[in-house]
Amino acid sequence: MSAAPAAPGDWEPVIGLEVHCELRTATKLFCGCRNAFGDEPNTNICPVCLGLPGSLPVLNAVAVEFAMRIGTALRCDIRPSLFHRKNYFYPDMPKDYQISQFDEPINANGWLELPDGTRVGVERAHMEEDTGKTTHVGGGGRIHDARHSLVDYNRAGVPLVEIVSRPDIRSAAQARLYAEELRGILVATGASDGRMEEGSLRVDANVSVRRPDAEFGTRCEIKNLNSLRSLVRAIEYEIGRQIEVLESGGTVLQQTRHWDEDRGETGALRSKEEAFDYRYFPEPDLVRLDPDAGWRADVAASVGAMPADRRAALAALLGPEGFSAARTDQIATVVENGLDGLMTAVVEAGIGAPLALARTANEASADPQRARALDPDTYAALLRMEQDGTLSATQTKELLGELLERGGDPAELARRHGYQALAADSLVEVVDEIVAAHPEEWARYGDGDDKLTGFFTGLVMKATQGKANGKAVAAELRRRRG
Amino acid sequence: MTTARALAEQVRTGAVSATDVVERHLAAIDESDGAVHAFVLVLHEAARRRAAEIDSQVASGADPGPLAGVPVAVKDNLCTRGLPTTCCSKILDGWCPPYDATVVERLRAAGAIVVGKTNLDEFAMGSSTENSAFGPTHNPYAPDRVPGGSSGGSAAAVAAGLVPLALGSDTGGSIRQPAALCGVVGMKPTYGTVSRYGLIAFASSLDQIGPFSATVADAAALFEVIAGHDPLDSTSLDRPAPRSVESLGDGVEGLRVGVARQLVDGVAPDVGAGVRRAAEVLDGAGATVTECSIPELAYGLPAYYLLAPAEASSNLSRYDGVRYGLRVDGADVETMMRATRAAGFGAEVKRRIMLGTYALSAGYYDAYYGQAQKVRTLIINAFENAYRQFDVLLGATTPTTAFPIGDKVGDPMAMYLSDVCTVPSNLAGHPAISVPFGTDGDGLPIGVQVLAPALCEPLVFRVAAVLEASAPAVTEPVLAAATWAAP
Repeated sequence: MSAAPAAPGDWEPVIGLEVHCELRTATKLFCGCRNAFGDEPNTNICPVCLGLPGSLPVLNAVAVEFAMRIGTALRCDIRPSLFHRKNYFYPDMPKDYQISQFDEPINANGWLELPDGTRVGVERAHMEEDTGKTTHVGGGGRIHDARHSLVDYNRAGVPLVEIVSRPDIRSAAQARLYAEELRGILVATGASDGRMEEGSLRVDANVSVRRPDAEFGTRCEIKNLNSLRSLVRAIEYEIGRQIEVLESGGTVLQQTRHWDEDRGETGALRSKEEAFDYRYFPEPDLVRLDPDAGWRADVAASVGAMPADRRAALAALLGPEGFSAARTDQIATVVENGLDGLMTAVVEAGIGAPLALARTANEASADPQRARALDPDTYAALLRMEQDGTLSATQTKELLGELLERGGDPAELARRHGYQALAADSLVEVVDEIVAAHPEEWARYGDGDDKLTGFFTGLVMKATQGKANGKAVAAELRRRRG
Repeated sequence: MTTARALAEQVRTGAVSATDVVERHLAAIDESDGAVHAFVLVLHEAARRRAAEIDSQVASGADPGPLAGVPVAVKDNLCTRGLPTTCCSKILDGWCPPYDATVVERLRAAGAIVVGKTNLDEFAMGSSTENSAFGPTHNPYAPDRVPGGSSGGSAAAVAAGLVPLALGSDTGGSIRQPAALCGVVGMKPTYGTVSRYGLIAFASSLDQIGPFSATVADAAALFEVIAGHDPLDSTSLDRPAPRSVESLGDGVEGLRVGVARQLVDGVAPDVGAGVRRAAEVLDGAGATVTECSIPELAYGLPAYYLLAPAEASSNLSRYDGVRYGLRVDGADVETMMRATRAAGFGAEVKRRIMLGTYALSAGYYDAYYGQAQKVRTLIINAFENAYRQFDVLLGATTPTTAFPIGDKVGDPMAMYLSDVCTVPSNLAGHPAISVPFGTDGDGLPIGVQVLAPALCEPLVFRVAAVLEASAPAVTEPVLAAATWAAP
C-alpha cells in the first residue's frame, strides 16, 4: 500500500517510545566479561553470559548505580526492585530466558521536559540484560529465509536500562525531540555513550491515532528503528497507514510491526494473538535489589544538572530581552556539546552573554571536543578583544580556530597576525583620509543616507586589509556625523 | 569401613598413602559397580594423579587438608572441569564444562579425591534413579529394588562401601530419601549455606548440595568442607558456615523434640515403628519428646510439584541444541530446537517441563504458581510456629522402604508421594538429615529424619549422632564391596 499523507487535522497521533539504553559499564550485568562494542565475535564470553549449565548470575553494582543515575535524571521514584525471568526461545538468548525487571522496576513515575516545553511522562526505567546478536546468512537477511545463522554472544549479558515513556507524544517530530532529549540526558548521566549507530540506544515506537479527545485507539509497536531518521519516517508512515485503515472503515489490529528502511514501510511481525506468553516469574538465582538510602543519596548527589536545567541556566544569562528562536537553538547546541560551562565562565568573566553564546554555539561548537578542553580564561581574553573592538568578528573567529587547534595566548596570536596594529587612533586616521577622498558621498551620508555606511566601511576594510573592526568603523562614522 | 575422618588422619600422618587408599577404592568400584551401577564415570587416572600429589604434599610436610586422600563420589549434576557432566540426560551428550562447581573446588582444597560421577534421575527429577538415561542404579541391600533418588548413585556408592563420602543434591528430598533407602546418612543443608555454583539447576529456589556418608561425623566433616559463602552464588549466605563437628558429642539433654504427626501417620508400619523407637532413644537420652501436629505440611507436596516444575521449565530451556550438547538437525532453527528437545529429554523431564510451563502460563499463573508460593509461605510460618515449642522435629524420611525397580515408573503420582516427608524442608529452606535406624521385616533400611530451623545444622548433627549411637546394628548389604565395613 502507499503511504497516506500523515495525520490530517482531524486525527491525533498518540505515541509512546521504549528506549533500550546499553549501559557504559566496564563489565557485563551478571559476570566479569568485558562490555565492549566491535570486538572479535565470541571473545567476551564466559560460563555465566553463555548460560552454561550450573552457572549463576551475580549483579553488577556499577550497573545498578548507572540505573539509579538514569532514574534520578528522569525524576523517577527509585524503589526496591526484583528481577524476573522472561521466557522465550531464541538462539541469541543463551538461557532461552532474559533476566529483566517486570512488575517491580528500579525506577518508576518520572518525566522529562522537551525543549518545546512539553513534559513527557516516564512510566518506568528498568534494568535487564541484552541478548546476543544474530547474523542471518543467505535469503533476505531475516531469520525465516536464511540459509544459516551466526550468533555473536559478546553482547549477551550487556546491561540495559529500558525507558518506557507514557503515551504523551503527539507527532513524529516530537518523538524525535524526545529521543534526542533522552539521549542527551543519558549521556549527561555518564550511563550511556548515546551511539545509536552502534546500537547503544535502540528505540521501539508505540503508535495509535484517535479523534481529538476520544479514547486511545489500538496501537501498533514498531521495531527495528535504528536511527532518528527511521524513527521519524516509520512513525509518519504508521500514522498514515492507520488513518487510511480507519478512514476506509477498517480497524487497526494490535500488532508488532517491523520497519523496512529500504521499502519505507512497516510490515506485520505478529498479532496480539500470536504474542509470546513470556511466563514471567521471579528470578530465583538473584535476591531482591534494595539499595540502601545512603547509596541512593550518594548516587543522586553525583548526578549533575540535566540538559533542560542547563538550557534554562543559559537562557537566564541572556535575560528575557535576549530571548529569540535562533538563540534557543544556539543554547541547545551549546548544551548538547557540553560547552555551557565554558560559556558561563566567560560571561562571569565579563563577556556579554549574546557574544559568548554566538561564538560558543557557532565557532567553538565546530570542534566541541577541543572546545571542552579550552581554558576559560584564554577564551575570555579572546572574546574581550572582540568586545572592546580590538578585533573584528572575522579576526576573532580566525584566532579562535587557531586557539582550538594549537592553543596559545590570544594577545600574542593577534600580534603575530598584525591584528593588534589597528588601534583606535589609527582607525581615526584611516577614516580621515577616506572621508577626505570622497566628499560627495560623505555629504550624502551626513544628510542621513545610512546606505553609505557599507560603502565607507568597505573602503576602510580595503585600506586596512580587513584589520578594522566593522562595528568600530560604523561607530566612528556615526561619531563624525554627530 | 574406616571412616573418612580416620582415613584422612592416616593419610595426613603418613600411616597410609593416598595412592593406596585410592587404589583400594578404584579396585572395589571396578569389582562391584557392575552390579550396583552407582557410577556413570570412574576417573581412574585423574584420581591416581591427584593421590600422587597428596602423597608428595604429605612427604614434603604440607597438610593437604581435612579430607586428605579421601575418595569422594560426585553426583553427575555437579560440574567437573574438562570431564563429561551429563545430568544423566541424553541432551547433555558430549558436554564437558569448562569450570568446576564451587563444591568440587572445595573438595580439592580439602585434599579429597574425586573418583567418579554418580548416577541420578535425569536432571534430578525422580525418586528412584530409574529416570537416568544410563539405566537404573541398584540398591545394594536388594539389587532388584531402587536406591531411591534422585541422588541414588551417590547413596548406593556409599552404602556398598565404594566410597566413604559422596555429594548429592536435594530439591525435594533427593539426598535424604535415597540415604534412607540405602541405609546411609544424608543431609540437606540450610538453603544458601552451600554454593550452588556449578550445580546444574533443577529448581533453583529449592536445590541444595549436601553430603552422604556412612557416619554422622563424616557427614558433618564433609558439610564443613563444602559450606560457606561463595561470591559466585547470589543466594549464598554471607556468613561463616556453622561449625558442626565440634559439638557432635554434646547430646540431647534438655532438647525439646516434636514428633510431627504429618511425618509419621500414613507411613509403612515398620517405618513408623522405627520413628517411634528413635523417639524413645532421644527421650532416654534426656530430651523432652512430644507428639505434635503441623497440618500445613500436608500441602507441601502439591505446592512443591507446582513450584519445582515451574522453575525447571525455565531452567531447562537452555538445552536447545544451539550451543552445546545434543543437536538434532532441522530445516530451520525452531525445528532443530523441537527435534533436539524431543530426542534429548526423557519422559519425566518432559512431563515436568509441561507441568511447569502450564503453571506459569498467562491466565493460570495466579491459580497455580501464585497459589503454591502462598502455600510455601504458609509452611514457613507453620514451621516457625512449631519451633517456638520445639528445638527439632522428628519424623520418617520416606513413607516406605526401598520399592522394587519398575514398581512406580508407570504411576507418577505414586512416585511423587515418595517425597511427602522431605519436601517441607526444601520449601522452608531448612536443614534436615536422614539417619539409618534399623531395617524393616525384609531387612531393608529405614531412615528417620531430624528437622531444624535455618542454620541449625550443628543441632541436626548432634541429634543424629545420638540416634546413630543407639541405632540397631547395620547389616552388610548384599552388594557390599571389599572396602565395606560396618560403621
